[in-house]
Amino acid sequence: MAFFISLILVLTLCAASYYGAEAGMQWLFGMTIPYLAIAGFVCGFAYKIYSWAKSPVPFRIPTTGGQQYSHEWIKHNPLDNPHTVSWTVGRMLLEILTFRSLFRNTEVVIHRTEDGPRVAYNSARWLWLFGLIFHYCFLVIFLRHFRFFLDPVPFFVRALEFTDGIFQIGAPRLYQTDVLILAALAFLLLRRMFDHKVRYISLISDYFPLVLISGIALSGIYMRYLGKTDINAVKIYVMGLFTLSPVSAEGIAPIFFMHLFLVCALLLYFPWSKLMHLGGVFLSPTRNLPNDSRMRMHVNPWNPPKKYHTYEAYEDDFREFMVEAGLPVDKPLDKADA
Amino acid sequence: MAKFNMTPDELLNFQFGAPNVGWMEHKPVFKEGNFAYPGKADVIRDLGFPNPREWSPLDEDWKLPENWMEIVRDGMKDRLDRYRSFKLFMDICVRCGACADKCHFYIGGGDPKNMPVLRAELLRSIYRGEFTTAGKILGKWAGGRPLTMDVVKEWFFYFYQCTECRRCSLFCPYGIDTAEVTMIARELLQLLGININWMMEPVRNCNRMGNHLGIQPHAFKDIVDFLCEDIEAVTGIRINPPMNEKGHEVLFITPSGDVFADPGIYTFMGYLMLFHEIGLDYTLSTYASEGGNFGLFTSHEMMKKLNAKMYAEAERLGSKWILGGECGHMWRVINQYMSTHNGPCPPKMETPVSPITGTVFRNATETKMVHIAEFTADLVRHNKLKFDKRRNSHLNVTFHDSCNPARGMGMFEEPREVIKACCDNFFEMPAQTIREQTFCCAGGSGLNTDEIMEMRMRGGLPRGNALRHVQQKHDVNTMACVCAIDRATLIPLADYWAPGVTICGVHELVANALIMKGEQERTMDLRQNELPYLDESAEEDA
Repeated sequence: MAFFISLILVLTLCAASYYGAEAGMQWLFGMTIPYLAIAGFVCGFAYKIYSWAKSPVPFRIPTTGGQQYSHEWIKHNPLDNPHTVSWTVGRMLLEILTFRSLFRNTEVVIHRTEDGPRVAYNSARWLWLFGLIFHYCFLVIFLRHFRFFLDPVPFFVRALEFTDGIFQIGAPRLYQTDVLILAALAFLLLRRMFDHKVRYISLISDYFPLVLISGIALSGIYMRYLGKTDINAVKIYVMGLFTLSPVSAEGIAPIFFMHLFLVCALLLYFPWSKLMHLGGVFLSPTRNLPNDSRMRMHVNPWNPPKKYHTYEAYEDDFREFMVEAGLPVDKPLDKADA
Repeated sequence: MAKFNMTPDELLNFQFGAPNVGWMEHKPVFKEGNFAYPGKADVIRDLGFPNPREWSPLDEDWKLPENWMEIVRDGMKDRLDRYRSFKLFMDICVRCGACADKCHFYIGGGDPKNMPVLRAELLRSIYRGEFTTAGKILGKWAGGRPLTMDVVKEWFFYFYQCTECRRCSLFCPYGIDTAEVTMIARELLQLLGININWMMEPVRNCNRMGNHLGIQPHAFKDIVDFLCEDIEAVTGIRINPPMNEKGHEVLFITPSGDVFADPGIYTFMGYLMLFHEIGLDYTLSTYASEGGNFGLFTSHEMMKKLNAKMYAEAERLGSKWILGGECGHMWRVINQYMSTHNGPCPPKMETPVSPITGTVFRNATETKMVHIAEFTADLVRHNKLKFDKRRNSHLNVTFHDSCNPARGMGMFEEPREVIKACCDNFFEMPAQTIREQTFCCAGGSGLNTDEIMEMRMRGGLPRGNALRHVQQKHDVNTMACVCAIDRATLIPLADYWAPGVTICGVHELVANALIMKGEQERTMDLRQNELPYLDESAEEDA
């Protein structure tokens, strides 16, 4: 259900932009909305980060995933239980670049045997693998698109393009990332639909971005391999946008405006959605703090005043019993009575 | 109290799967045995907590203050502004499901709302519905839902089915920690006067009487004297541990469960024997006679309040540093919260140095508190202790990593070094169930009460099954742990899932093997059971 709603939403976006552009509203889908979307994305992203950063981190609560820093002769696991800032940076880099926590993933199966239940933990790294593929492909594709914004095309973009098409299949050359990102998107969507656990927890806001990004990928792939859109005209148009001197969109197929519009929808949607995990992952207090608060004081900016039941009050409650039991007291019985 | 009498087959008569109704429409049904009893009015009143009253989750009307909605909204807003963790964790979950089958309650019960992601969604949906523009306008379409009485009841049901063990947070790609979410949710419930007595009464006791169990000072002394008599019976050595005495180098604090309950008392006797043998200059305190801190499960402020006594007592007694006993959540508090809450430490305290080996505890330079496993591991390493391992030779031992020292501290090797030094036969449970991936005893965070035994046994399945595995494979008959709650909760767990396995603290094993100067020939262990190796050697001699 949530999937179909997302699908209909995205198809509506497609139709609106495609027919809108065909009906001569290229200025709207090709200029006004992109400018708004970029502004909206930048402001929204910044606002969201600011709103998180505004809330303090009162306590140092890293999840410790390995041996603590202890005696010299005990092998410390600094990447999973860092005690310094630099090791914490290492932990974060591995987390962000390799999805290390997700790599640990297992799947529980309960075998009901004659001899009683047996709980097994099977390796379940598909999510990690396809998640990683998706994110890296997205990154490469995003960077590849720089050739539309920049003239001359920078060296790293050319290198990326070359590597991405290294198998030299077809003309225009087939990019591996185009195939892989579709495969990854399909995996993520199908997993959401057919894994009972994930299906149960999935909201529209889980399907929508997947369908939207699929739409972006498919329209892009169509333009490159099937529609054979006039790349030069597109580049001139996009460069115009980026230099704030828009040129006429004459001769560019409506599918381009659809592609662009879906990207704009993604940009506008991004800051207000779960996609903000892109920014949030850097701020997660269970990962980005060293486990060192036994070694260094961590200050809570709103630390409430110390209030507790004092020893004096405790002794007042129990003095007689304590004296009788031979426990030392601060105020002897006769003085306390006086 | 409903007696729990299900067989394991009956208990596990479920299949993982999604109900036909969406989770927002699916409501929990309270029945005797599936919830812990609420806090008693006098306990809540004594603590000065809101809305003291007699009530039951079975009632239709939970007798909440009239403006309860406003209280929850304000409480949430306040906490969103004070805890980045909370705010971030409300926003960035992508519902990838990596955490879903990592929770022991889900594994043993199959209730989808025990998937950590969905447990957090119970709160997140209200956050979206009440605090985000999209959620306010689009409602369910944006994953939001309105705050209703049913939601509050559901919170009580599921946030008291989370032991804050943090296993899910290990697997989350963004480190979303359900323990944080549960802590905040419980604070919100506290604002309405919704809590459980098993947690609140220990808090009250600890506040007034120094420990969770409400042992008064003279009774505390009596118990310790009694335990010392037992030590004398076993070893022939009379120990008189100092209590509330000023001027000792070390203040020793351990959970009161160690003083009170079997088998914790054997661990406690173990500490005393060890200290006696090495000549440690220490004192116990009746005022700070609780290492544990049920405040952690109540509210951050209550945690601070109970924890404050440790430094206060160290200052009053003039101790240089504090040695802490075997306790799980105590060490999460000390490692992650203590210096922030109540630091800096009293001015006369010093960086802990072992008086026996000269080792500086470089990881405790700020809090001045050392874990006894760290302390003893260092003694072992420097050959300061003499062991007769034969006394433990009838034990095939495995080690249960408690969730808090594991994922809130990272203490894995120290207790293992100690166990291996005094036991010949040590076996690990499967890798996915120990160390950082360890499973909770299903009774942590104030849920170690008997009225919810069914839930505890469900949650105990992963640990129990791993234990049974080593029991069958290696004849393991003893599971050691460094947590007082474990020592209480793992007994019914083992009886149910791996009958025949005994639970003990690490320092019980230490003391049984420890050769003490001037001791009589030991024929019994601390539980006053005959030592089997003596029979065997007698037979060999004959």
